Order: sequence, then C-alpha cells, then structure tokens
Amino acid sequence: MESINSWAFIGAFFVLSPILPALPIIVARLLGPKKPNAIKTQTYECGLETVGDTWVQFRVQYYIYGLIFLIFDVEMVLLFPWAMAYQQLDLFAFGAGFLFIFLLLDALIYAWRKDALEWV
Amino acid sequence: MERRDIVTALESLLRDTLGFGSELSLFIATILGVVIIATVPLLVIIGLIWGDRKFGSRVQDRLGPNRVGPFGLLQSFADLGKLLTKEDITPANADRLIYNVAPVLSVASVILVWAVIPMAPNVVGVDLETGVLYIIAVASLGTLAVVMGGWASNNKYALLGGFRAVAALVSYEIPMVMALLVPVLFLGTGSLVEIVEAQANMWFVALSPIAALTFFLASQAEVGRPPFDLIEAESELTAGYNVEYSGMKFGMFMAGEYAHWLTQGVLLAVLFFGGWNGPFVDRWPWLGIFYFFIKSLILFFASDLVRFTIPRLRIDQMMHFNWQWLVPLSIVNLLVTALLLKIIQELGFAVDLANSPGFVDTLPMTIIMLAGNALQVAVVLSIIRFRGKRQRLMAAAGN
Repeated sequence: MESINSWAFIGAFFVLSPILPALPIIVARLLGPKKPNAIKTQTYECGLETVGDTWVQFRVQYYIYGLIFLIFDVEMVLLFPWAMAYQQLDLFAFGAGFLFIFLLLDALIYAWRKDALEWV
Repeated sequence: MERRDIVTALESLLRDTLGFGSELSLFIATILGVVIIATVPLLVIIGLIWGDRKFGSRVQDRLGPNRVGPFGLLQSFADLGKLLTKEDITPANADRLIYNVAPVLSVASVILVWAVIPMAPNVVGVDLETGVLYIIAVASLGTLAVVMGGWASNNKYALLGGFRAVAALVSYEIPMVMALLVPVLFLGTGSLVEIVEAQANMWFVALSPIAALTFFLASQAEVGRPPFDLIEAESELTAGYNVEYSGMKFGMFMAGEYAHWLTQGVLLAVLFFGGWNGPFVDRWPWLGIFYFFIKSLILFFASDLVRFTIPRLRIDQMMHFNWQWLVPLSIVNLLVTALLLKIIQELGFAVDLANSPGFVDTLPMTIIMLAGNALQVAVVLSIIRFRGKRQRLMAAAGN
C-alpha cells in the first residue's frame, strides 16, 4: 500500500505548503506602502525605549522543562513500534514494553521528587 | 490492497475520461491532489474565523461582527483586504531570515498535517502506515514557528512568549502523544484511514474516554488556546510571540492559529469520534465529508466554549497541571489500556477492531475498557478530594 508515490505526495506537500502562506505575504509586500523610518522600526515596548539586550540568558526553569521533555519525547518515539506491533506480541515483549513505560513513570517520579517539576 | 486516496481517484479520472497517458495523468493527479488537499484547511478557516468570532461574542453577550455583509459574513474578506494593504514593518534589530520564515512555517505545519487526514471514504491525501507518527512530527513544527517568531523579533515581550512556548507547548506534547498511542494500541496500525474505518460501529471515545479527554486538554494547550494561551497572553505580554509582526505576516500567524484550532477538532474527530463514519455512508460516500466536518466543527466549538469561559492560568499553574496531573494520568492510562487489552485477549472477548466489528460484538470489550477508565477516574477524583481536604484542614489549623 505504501508505494513510492505516497512519499512523492508528501514531498510535493512539503514543497507546496510553504508556498501557500508565502504567497499572501509577497502580495501584501507588493500592495502595501513601504515607508520605514527609524522610529517605526524601533522595538515595540508600549511606548518606552527598550533597555539593554534582549537576547540574554534567562530563567533556567524553562531549560529544565525542555530537558525533561526531550527525554520523554525520545522514549515515546520508542514506544510507537511497541504499540503498532501490540496485537502480535508475546508475553515477553509485552512485559518488556510494560517495564519500559514503568521506567518512564519512574523517571517522572524521580524528577518530581527532585522538585524539577516545580516552578521556581 | 488497492490504494484508496485522492491521487488514485484523480488519476483514473484523468486517464479514463480525458485520455491522458498514465505517466502524465499520475503527475497531474499528484499536483492536483496536493493543491486540493492543501487548500481545504485554508478555505475552511476563512468561514471559521467569522463563526468563531460570532460564537465567542454570543458567549460573552456581545453582537460580534455585524456590519460587513449580512450578519457580518464578509468580515473575514474585509480583514483580508485590510491586511493585504498594510505596511509590512520589520523591526530594525530583528533576525530577518528567521523573522520572515516563522509565519510561513506556522501555516505550513498545519497544512502538512492535512496530508494524511481522511475526510471521507477515498478522500485522503495519502494513507501512510505511520500516519500518527507523521502528525506528531509535523505538528511540532508549529511550536518551532512560535519559538522562532519569539526569538527573532528581538523584543522582550516576544521573547518571553517564545520562552513560554519552549516550556509549555513542548510539555503538553507528552500527554498528547500518550493519548495518541491509545488508538494505535487498539489497532496495531498508525494509519488514520484504518483508525477511522475501525470506528464504523464503536467510536474509540467509548473505549477510552480518558485518552480522548487527555488529548482534548493537551491539544488545547498545544495549539495555544485559552485557558492555556500563555504564549500570547495579551494582558501580560501585549501579544506575546507575535507582538512585532504586522500586516500579512501577522495575518499568517493568525491564520495558522485558527488552522491549528481547527486541526485540533479534526484530529479528535478522526481519532476518537469516528471521523467520517455516520449513517448511510456506505451508500453515499460523499456524505462522509459532511459528517467529518460536522464532527470537527462541534469539537472545535466545544473547545471554543472552554476558551471563552475559563480565565487564563498562570505559567506555574499550567506547568503544574501538565506535569503533575496530565502526564502521570496519560502514562497510567496507557499502562491500564495495554493491560486490559491483554486481559481481554486472554479472556477471549477480543474482537479484531481492524475489521470494523458490529456494535454488539464490541460491547464486552467496551464494558471492560470503560470499567478500567472509571477506576482511573475514581482514583484521580479521590486524590483531588484528599488533597482538597488536607488543604482545608491546614487552612483551618492556620487560622
């Protein structure tokens, strides 16, 4: 069922899908006025002038959540083959997948106990 | 098995009625199919923006758009015309390349999802065996667009929105994917066409209401709808990640947002509410499109109702809700579902869902699954009660 054609279709989709939203933006650029000046292109901050650099190192909490997510996300990708083959699995493979999900839960509890899930 | 997608249908139409060669007709059919499928979400959201605004204003006891055309029906077109003729301002300090790519990516990520959505029997872009995995892969690009827009604008509000996207949107992906795994577990396939066909007589929401609910809540956050819209919380971040965008680039962010919202309802309908299944579909397959959109729109407006009634959460509350409620619940639900499926198999109640069994045949399995779900709900509710009681006691002791 999955022929080369279905992936060609996806490929065509990847080519076309950015074109559809890019088209109105280009049309708008042609139709709209274009008179930039120094004040107009300033950073918007409710009327105040912006102070200091924007691209700074910020709260570590966001990074910790990103890190935990990464672990879970990779593990979830590994769960997919298990779920797709679930009907044909024997008891051993079933138990292995089960153990794997348990480890996931264990990792979550570990992160929880370490207070990594609390907003600080 | 023969392929049952829109390209095949178009190809045979071109070859048989217009007499094109087989290579040429395949080529034209592919291009045509891509264009048709990709424009469906964009056409739907033009009407949907009006519907959403009208519905929202009714909820909040307002009139909503009512000036342009009858009942304000042409409001979206007026907005489109206005956005097209607005000046496109790029902030001087912005990272220009990423700044320009972000709105395009926001819409493109949704269009890509529609490639595998079965809209009716034989109306599907392509029937991938790994359709569910594909959806997760391309839907994450939407999060990336938010982060890119927030970072590249070089604006503190926008950057905060981007940061929040990193923490929040990314976190809610876990319960969402865990819930997506449940239909895959039932069927042993990731193909959305087969998932819809298996639900001919019994929707998966009856087999696993918790997975459906988790998916609903997590995707609500994933597409950035209130009460989880912290990435663009207008009362604290002005407009969040898209504060520096103007003209059509803002328009594309808005279109992408609405398309994401629609796609949330669509995915729920396809995965848990039977997709295009409904009465008389086997006789008139085109009725499937009608059912598909009715279900998707009902689910869209259900999430709209949540959006317009519940106030916005704080970021710590939002993260707390995800990591300490939704994630454990979704993992436990996956464990329980897998265990129950095994038990059902051992007991001999198992039915081959892939052959779309009758309603009565599925009933014993459904009852066992529902009992498992009810048990989980009972446990969660008792935890909530226990915690609430403890908090009340502590508050009373404090006084």
